[in-house]
This record gives sequence, structure tokens and C-alpha cells, in this order.
Amino acid sequence: MDIAFLADVFRRLLSGLPLTLKLAGTSVALGLLIALALATTLQGGRPLFVWLIRGFVAAFRGTPLLAQIFLIYYGLGQFRPFLQDIGLWSFFREPFWCAILALTLNTSAYGTEIIRGGLQSVPLGQIEAARACGMSPWLVYRRITLPIALRQALPSYGNEIILMIKGTSLTSIVTLTEVTGIAEQIISQTYRAIEVFACASAIYLALNFIVTRLIGWLERRLSPHLRTAPNLMPSSSPRGASA
Amino acid sequence: MKTIGKLASLAALTISALMWGAAASAEDRPTAITIATEGAYAPWNFTGPDGKPAGFEIDLANDLCARMKVTCTIVLQDWDGLIPALNVGKFDVIMASMFITDKRLEIINFSRPYAIDPSTFAVAKTSALAKAGMDGEYDLNDEAAAAPVIEKMKPLVKGLAVGVQAATTNQQFLKKYFDGVIDIREYKTTEQHDLDLAAGRVDALFAQSTALAATLGKPEYSAYTLAGPKFIKGVFGRGTGAGMRKKDTTLLAMFNEAIGSAIADGTVKRLSLKWLKADVTPPQ
Repeated sequence: MDIAFLADVFRRLLSGLPLTLKLAGTSVALGLLIALALATTLQGGRPLFVWLIRGFVAAFRGTPLLAQIFLIYYGLGQFRPFLQDIGLWSFFREPFWCAILALTLNTSAYGTEIIRGGLQSVPLGQIEAARACGMSPWLVYRRITLPIALRQALPSYGNEIILMIKGTSLTSIVTLTEVTGIAEQIISQTYRAIEVFACASAIYLALNFIVTRLIGWLERRLSPHLRTAPNLMPSSSPRGASA
Repeated sequence: MKTIGKLASLAALTISALMWGAAASAEDRPTAITIATEGAYAPWNFTGPDGKPAGFEIDLANDLCARMKVTCTIVLQDWDGLIPALNVGKFDVIMASMFITDKRLEIINFSRPYAIDPSTFAVAKTSALAKAGMDGEYDLNDEAAAAPVIEKMKPLVKGLAVGVQAATTNQQFLKKYFDGVIDIREYKTTEQHDLDLAAGRVDALFAQSTALAATLGKPEYSAYTLAGPKFIKGVFGRGTGAGMRKKDTTLLAMFNEAIGSAIADGTVKRLSLKWLKADVTPPQ
């Protein structure tokens, strides 16, 4: 074990962490918004929209993220004159935005399916009860359906967030030097692949551990009704016992 | 005592047999070897339309194998995994336009160089560097000559986004001499930085001059040209050699002999003119 080397590797890898977090944070946040919109539209049941969304989900769930990043970056790069004409080239010129686009579309496809499952799991009785109270459909959606659906979807969504954090490691193929990109640079200088990838993995592990805890905490906060009731009977206090 | 003596002599016999065995296998000339190349560095080594590896190094490898009377299998391996995979025994030799550098020599052995090809920039014909008309070949070990040239180049390339293959001596060169002056973009393969030059995401490339010349020969790169001086030695080491594990000394000797004879009878020159359109033969 070469502690000095490992410490140096960690220090250099951590310099890529802000980019990893930016990529994962932006794409998860944007992806969630798109997924919410798409899943809600699916519930509406208009055939045209339903088929379009199903096609989108099938395409992005059914192809590898690596291929999506590659196609959006290098593939669209071939259509530079066209993209320049419609004023989108300044967006597609930057590897960062291409990576964000690929990650966002990928996670929104998975997210759509997760939230659709959540929405469909909302008990009909609760919706009927809300309607019976005189709530408008929008109010029912906002106050009853969506909160319950999101709570149901949270465990699977946590999974998806973790997958996205790891997915950012693929963006080194479009010249982004996030944690994995830096790891590859260090390996190219030292040829010590095992130690360097072990350090990089430790960083992802720590990051995902924090995310898991946060989601676990949120899950507990959102489902008080599922917790076992606290034991309110004090056992040792004599005054309590006598009362 | 007798039994102990017997046991001791038996042990000694076993040990000597083991040592002989080891020594004999190190002396044995291998009859079949596996050579790895990257397959993404045209025209040195690339994957042909039929899916098979082709290029200067493939032809040279087959020629060397014929000289050494061994059967060769050529396999493809990503650039950044070549050295680790060699050392864990996935194949026996690297022939992937890899420069012989001190850093790499700490980990693996290299044959004598079979090519020396300087590195240089490819830029737009309208760029400041192209218009400056700088040329010549500079030895980076000769600081007195190389340093002023690099200083003179800096204002000409300032702010350019330059594509270079990651984990190469070309990338180390840019990092060492142009860090902070240019925006260094690292790619896994040169094919990818070629695509991005055509797409206009990078303004320039830095690579071996023969590989760049081959790229610029394609119609979509007609607006680009090789420019600026060419560089050798220094971070680029001692030319391009075949990489081998440290312990395979017999194989190393075989390769050195075969490369020597291929240089002497003009085979290296012939293949290099055929594929690279330039003579990269190192001095004998």
C-alpha cells in the first residue's frame, strides 16, 4: 500500500467531483420535470401523445447510454451546417451540454415509467374521496394523486438517481474530465489501473451512500403512517405507572 | 541421518529441476505470439472495411513474424488498456505506434525503434500558425534550439481548442509546453478528434505528422493544413518501438534482430512509403 500515492490520487480525483455533481444534479433535476410532465400526459390517455411518449421511452430505455452520448455528440456534430442554420450549434458545440442532453433524456425515459407506476398505484378510493369533497380534478391531482404517487415512486426513483450518478462516468468519452475521466488520465501517467479505479470507485460509493441515506430519510418523512406507533406507555416512571 | 540426507538431496534435485525448467522455458524461442494493436490510428494501424486490422504496423508485424519464424495472431485492444493488458499476459507484444519513453520503460521493455515520426499541429489554413510559415524539425532534448521556437509559437496558438489523444506523448507534450495557452481537449481515439475537427468543435489537432497528413487528405478537411515546426525526442522518447514484458528477454532479442534486418533490407522504408506516404525509417 502506497499511502502517499493513494492520497495524491484522491486529491486529484476529487477535483473532478464538482463536474460529476453538476452533470448528475442537472440531468436528474431536468429529467424529473420532463418525467413528471410525460407521465401526467400518459395518464390523460390521448392516443397520439401516448404513442409518442411510449416511442420515446422505448428508444431511450432500449439503447445504451454510451451510444446515446456518442450519437448526440459525434453524430449530431456531422450536421453542423444545419444546426448552425437553426441557431443550435452553440449548444451542441459544447461537450457539457451534449452530455447533459443525453443524460437528461435517458433519465427522463426511465423516470416516466417510474412515475407512471406511482400514479397508477394511487388507490381509487382516495381520489373518489377527494372528488366527493368537491375538489377540482387539478386540485385532486396536486393534493392527492401526485403526492401519493411520488411517495410510492421514491424507492425506485432513488435507484434511478444512483444509476445517473454512475452514468456520468460515461461522459469522459466526450472529453469531459469528471472523476472517471481524471482516473483515466492518472492511469495513463502511472499505469496503476487497480489502485486508481479503486479510489474512483470509493468516491462513487461515498456519493451514492449519501444519496441513499437522503432518500431513506425522505421516505421516512413522507410515510409516517407506515411507521409502527411509538410506545407511549412509559415503563419506568412510577408517577406514569400510577396514572 | 540417511533418510534426512536422502530427503535433502531429493529436495535439491527438485529445486534444480524447477530452476532448469524455468531457465529452459526462458531460453526457448516462442513459436506463436499474440501482437496487440489499437486499430484506430490510421494509417499506422486501423480496422479495415472487412473488420480486419490493417495498416503499416500490421504489415510490418507480419513481416517481422515471418523473419522470426513464429506464427502471429493480431488482436485489437483500446489504447489506454494496452500496457496493463500486456503486463497481465493478455498478449505478448504491443505494436501500436507507441513511443519508447522513460516512463513506459519503467513498466515494460521496448524493442529498438522501427519508426521515428515527428509530431505537429494541424490547423485551419487561415489561422495565425499556418500563416506564420514556421517549419523545421526540432529535438526537444536540445533546449537551446527548441525553447525559443515554442515561445514563438505560443502567441500564434493562444486560445485555440486543440484535440489530442489522451494518454499519449502528444498529450504530455501539450501539457508540458502549452498548458494554459491552449484549451487541451482529450479524446480516447484520434478518430474521435478527427470527427470533432470536421465538426468545428476543436480548432486544431496535435498528433504524429503522418497520421495527421492521412486525415487531412480526406475531402472534408480541405480547409486544414499541417503547420508549425515538427518535434521529436524529449517527451516523445526514442521513436516507435514494439512493447514487451520485462521478463520476455528472448522475444526482445528476436524482435531487435528482425527489426534490424527489416530496416537493413529496406522493408521498413517500403511499407512506410506505402502506408504513411513518408519514410519514417530510423537510423540503423
